[in-house]
Amino acid sequence: MNKKLVLAIAPIITFIALVVFFWFALEKDPKKLNSNLIDKPVPEFKLPALKNPELVYTSESLPTELFLLNVWGSWCGPCHIEHPYLMKFSRQYSVPIIGVNYKDKTIDGLEFIESKGNPYSMIIADQSGQFGIDLGVYGAPETFIVDSAGNIRFRYVGVIDDRVWSTKIQPAVEAIQGKPLDKVAESPSAVTQN
Amino acid sequence: MKKLITIMILMMSLEALAVIETYEFETKQQEQLYTEIIHELRCPKCQNQTIAESNAGLSEDLRYIVYQKVSDGTSKRDILAYMQERYGDFVLYDPPVKPSNYFLWFAPLAVFLVILIAVLLKVGRRKVTTEQSESEEE
Repeated sequence: MNKKLVLAIAPIITFIALVVFFWFALEKDPKKLNSNLIDKPVPEFKLPALKNPELVYTSESLPTELFLLNVWGSWCGPCHIEHPYLMKFSRQYSVPIIGVNYKDKTIDGLEFIESKGNPYSMIIADQSGQFGIDLGVYGAPETFIVDSAGNIRFRYVGVIDDRVWSTKIQPAVEAIQGKPLDKVAESPSAVTQN
Repeated sequence: MKKLITIMILMMSLEALAVIETYEFETKQQEQLYTEIIHELRCPKCQNQTIAESNAGLSEDLRYIVYQKVSDGTSKRDILAYMQERYGDFVLYDPPVKPSNYFLWFAPLAVFLVILIAVLLKVGRRKVTTEQSESEEE
């Protein structure tokens, strides 16, 4: 009698377990890989500034506060979609956004920034793509959150729009720094150059 | 059947042609090592192809890195470690066994053992009952 009950319930429990398992699997995008650099420092680099090739950036040039590292290229379609959002966030929040112009021609990168505006507080020109490979970049745009100690804490692959910002980026930043994102005080600051 | 095999062979050769660039190596061993390594690395961008098969720009860059490192005399282990450092276990077509994937490796074995035990218990019990009924008959 008891055995019959177990036999009757077992398939139902198995079924429910599978449903739960698959339900969570649905949410996971297999195209989004975990970064292998979480909790590791930003890889060493020595690269020119996009705007001034004479100026050489290294890891030392990065901000000492929490910042976003955004990998983009003018050749990258989704980066064009993401750009207006970055403009908006750079006006709204004081968190610095550092650009990595990834595998781009300098002229094209500059033309992109000059025609559409510059949300970045500095832009590193990674023409060869070696820095991108060191960062484990596999599809631009990619955005890393780097904490005040210089460690990578979070990576997002894909376009950051309003929804991604409010559901992923902002909560991650706030969890890392332990306080809400600082808003830009009054007039939009240096970021709006046009 | 013959037709099917011919079609399959044709498809295979097309795939092999997909990679355009060729690198010059000093020795035959280096060339072999290069071919071996690019067939063991998975393209992070295209996911179900090795970097040897993929035409993605990233695969091209990674092949170039493998070429450089093989020419430098870097060992296969170090090259795979270099890629793993950047792209994680995902990039290896032969990922290591470690706690996070114990389930994948050992779950089938566990299920098999559970079934085996259940079957043995059942068979054992049936034997006992048949022996009992036989003795009752006597």
